[in-house]
Amino acid sequence: MSSSSDWEVVIGLEVHVQLHTRAKVFASSSWGFGQEPNEQVDPVVLGLPGTLPVVNHEAVEKSILFGLVVGAEIPAHCAWDRKNYFYPDNPKNYQLTQKDFPVVIGGSVEIELPGPSRNVMGEHKHVRIHHAHLEEDVGKLSHAGSGSLVDYNRAGVPLLEIVTEPDLRSSAEAEAFLRALVAMLTQAGVADCDMEKGQLRCDCNVSIRHPGAPLGTRTETKNLNSISSVRDTVIFETARQIRELEAGRTITQETRGWNADLGRGYVLRDKEDAHDYRYFPDPDIPTLELSRATVERLAKQVPENLFDRQRRYMDTLGLPFTAASVLVAHRELAEWFELSVAAHPANPQGIANLVANDLLRDLSAAGSTTGFDEAAPAPVSLSSCPIKPAQLAGLVKLTDEGVISKQQAKEVFAEMFKSGQDAAAIVDAKGLRQNSDTGELEKIIQEVIADPAVAKSIAEYRAGNEKAINALKGPIMKRTQGKANPGLIDQLLRKALG
Amino acid sequence: MAEVLHTLSAAELGRRLAAGTLTSRALCAALIARYDVLNDKVGAFTHLDRADVLAQADASDARRQAGQGRGPLEGIPVAIKDNIAVQGQPLTCSSKMLASLVSPYDSHVAERLRAAGVILYGRLNMDEFAMGSSTENSAVRKTFNPWDLTRIPGGSSGGSAAALAAGLVPLSLGSDTGGSIRQPASHCGVVGLKPTYGLVSRFGLVAFASSLDQIGPMARSVEDCELLLAALASADARDMTCFGSDERTLTAAGEAKKLRIGIPKGFLGKGVAPEVAAAVNAAIEFYRAQGCAISEVELPSADLAVPTYYVVATAEASSNLGRYDGVRYGHRSAQASTPVEMMTNSRSEGFGPEVKRRILLGTFVLSAGYADAYYNRALRARAKIRSEYLAALSQVDVLLTPTVPTPAFKVGEKASDPLQLYLEDIFTIPANLAGLPALSVPCGQSGHLPVGFHLVGAPLSEAKLLAAGRLFEAAHGFAHQQSTL
Repeated sequence: MSSSSDWEVVIGLEVHVQLHTRAKVFASSSWGFGQEPNEQVDPVVLGLPGTLPVVNHEAVEKSILFGLVVGAEIPAHCAWDRKNYFYPDNPKNYQLTQKDFPVVIGGSVEIELPGPSRNVMGEHKHVRIHHAHLEEDVGKLSHAGSGSLVDYNRAGVPLLEIVTEPDLRSSAEAEAFLRALVAMLTQAGVADCDMEKGQLRCDCNVSIRHPGAPLGTRTETKNLNSISSVRDTVIFETARQIRELEAGRTITQETRGWNADLGRGYVLRDKEDAHDYRYFPDPDIPTLELSRATVERLAKQVPENLFDRQRRYMDTLGLPFTAASVLVAHRELAEWFELSVAAHPANPQGIANLVANDLLRDLSAAGSTTGFDEAAPAPVSLSSCPIKPAQLAGLVKLTDEGVISKQQAKEVFAEMFKSGQDAAAIVDAKGLRQNSDTGELEKIIQEVIADPAVAKSIAEYRAGNEKAINALKGPIMKRTQGKANPGLIDQLLRKALG
Repeated sequence: MAEVLHTLSAAELGRRLAAGTLTSRALCAALIARYDVLNDKVGAFTHLDRADVLAQADASDARRQAGQGRGPLEGIPVAIKDNIAVQGQPLTCSSKMLASLVSPYDSHVAERLRAAGVILYGRLNMDEFAMGSSTENSAVRKTFNPWDLTRIPGGSSGGSAAALAAGLVPLSLGSDTGGSIRQPASHCGVVGLKPTYGLVSRFGLVAFASSLDQIGPMARSVEDCELLLAALASADARDMTCFGSDERTLTAAGEAKKLRIGIPKGFLGKGVAPEVAAAVNAAIEFYRAQGCAISEVELPSADLAVPTYYVVATAEASSNLGRYDGVRYGHRSAQASTPVEMMTNSRSEGFGPEVKRRILLGTFVLSAGYADAYYNRALRARAKIRSEYLAALSQVDVLLTPTVPTPAFKVGEKASDPLQLYLEDIFTIPANLAGLPALSVPCGQSGHLPVGFHLVGAPLSEAKLLAAGRLFEAAHGFAHQQSTL
């Protein structure tokens, strides 16, 4: 019998993403989260007799944009098919989807696995996308008392189904893929991916095999609505399949559900009960040409890839991994940072420290959300940030020029965040400019080192104990009322002590 | 004057309305009076809101008085098949399933007719969901042929044709998926046009088979048919398959006497009643005498049309009719304990036998393991038929055949033999499969029953078809012919 360590898990994901559009995918009604049931409907969404679908070009363009973000092929044409099945949440009892001619073919998503520690970058790999197709979401059926209620607000919301190749090999890789995908979708403005609102749902295909062996029989766990559910499903399903095979049983190709409260999966239906969807080309929507002019226009909207940006920050700007990864997680934040660097190119690291730590902390203090990805940083809004990029650059410049100390910079930053004033104005108003008058400072140093109370420290310093010099700096700083430039004190003190 | 109004053409009524010798109210009141006497006998209408009709007529007369008339159809009633949505009016498709449905919106054609000043006049009986050739499949009532009340009027637009033949209305709308405008037009001695697929918006037409369905005009003369078509044809962003037309499509006919007319080989042979063949041959000789070039053309795949149609149309229908489940509107079964059971029972109770037969057939031909043998094969046959028709229509301007092989049969005669009934559409189906315009024009009688001939043209050649029809009509007494009811 093989031991568990011999098993390799193979994972493929089908990610359903609600696109960020004003109107529904085949109707003119708008959509959003939180409206009263059945307020976001019209005759087309309800499938009233005689109504017809009309393709929403904004949804097609968002789909193409996604394809360009992942380096996919955008075919010359795409087309829609009908997937026929009866369920009360499905207004026409068929769903318009793309079976044979999807809008996006191929492409790949770069992912970053967790490093050995928080400060160390993990391994990168590419996960291939098989295709992505544009379809319509269905409504929601709920059971209340002795009856059932159905809300069609969600029906017809544009849904991009992104199907990966079976390239993922662990729950950690599945998590990393979803994080990278969400970042790419949101940074390109394709989707908001708010998982608490059900804007991103995932079907998870899992099989196991011995490395190098052909693919095993897979199971599909449907409708996972958080990254942790995907992770837990992979862990649960891997363990279950190993248990089954090692007990001499076989894996059944089946569709499964996930109970997040119990932390366990369950069988929804097996292959024998699989639906026959009776797909056929939708006769109401002619084959749609995807013009090269549109593709070229959209290509200009593709933002810099998340990890290309991270590499640039680390390699060209010299940022540490931790700061770089925090900055690139949000496109708005990264762009804000770059504007600031443009105003003071000499010290990107200094700017990065303030942005990644102080600015982000103060912005996030206002509010935070958790959704599909509980571990992700809360989204920040820079539109209401009281500090402008050039102002932050001004603060770092004052520090670099020795006008204020780093300690003072923190104090000035807090004041800037409160009032929105320039750093220089705050420094002047608070009288924080450091004393760089050498003559006066030399006089104070002479007085301090003449004090017998510090004789011992001087002797130790002269005997080679470098740290002993610090005991002299406190009294000097105190006599200058904290306004002396610490660097200058150090320099003059060493000179005085010979 | 009132007693003859029902015999006049829409064009003549329009002239009298324009001249001020007739008001829309007087016209509508006369038609309502005739309706009250005849509709129970003919069964053409399933609904008429008299007060609404008179209110529309008064509004039209007021517009005209104010110098704001909307064109040649201002004040003229048009009756509408009950599968075309008009806001505030029933939309039952003559089905128990939709017996209670009132449309909350206007179809594109209803909007167009309102914009033309038309009186939207009542709802016309049909085969349930347009499935049938005799209007016997209506769940509401039977419709009888005004020329012989023991016979069927044809279908599925049987109400639309019978209303015209009985003088109940001057113009009507039908829909045509495999012959549903042209076959009843032929049986009732009126004119019916199925436009090029995409010329008239399907927005608001309850779908039977989406790739075949077209709304079309029906009238007692070719001229009236043309008048109504001009009001219907326009682009509509709500139907992605509708491209509409410009003025040229409808008027650039050329000289009708110079048309090249193709006679498909074998179409006048077996299965065609001798009187029908004689009337159609006489029409061919008429065109020859006028100077048209008559030639025989080959359409070798024509035999595939009926089986191809019954695969494609039922496949699409099985999906299109999926939405009738009792959840959002329509018949809801009281016998159910779960939502899915409610859906199943609502459908079992709401649909009639022919609709169920076609849903079952369509579901089967799309099923895994059968789709290749049936549906996908039918798509290939359809493409072949289309290319043969287009090739033939590159040699000739129009193809001429009978509209229906035999005259109207007795009510109940073929009710138990659906396959025999399906052959009613043998000459009309190819135009739907190929998306081509086709016109049925009365050309004589078989005994006391009307016979029509059928013209098919290349895409957007409606003007040629109508010009050819007018040429024939002008030389014969069949225009405005009416039953003696």
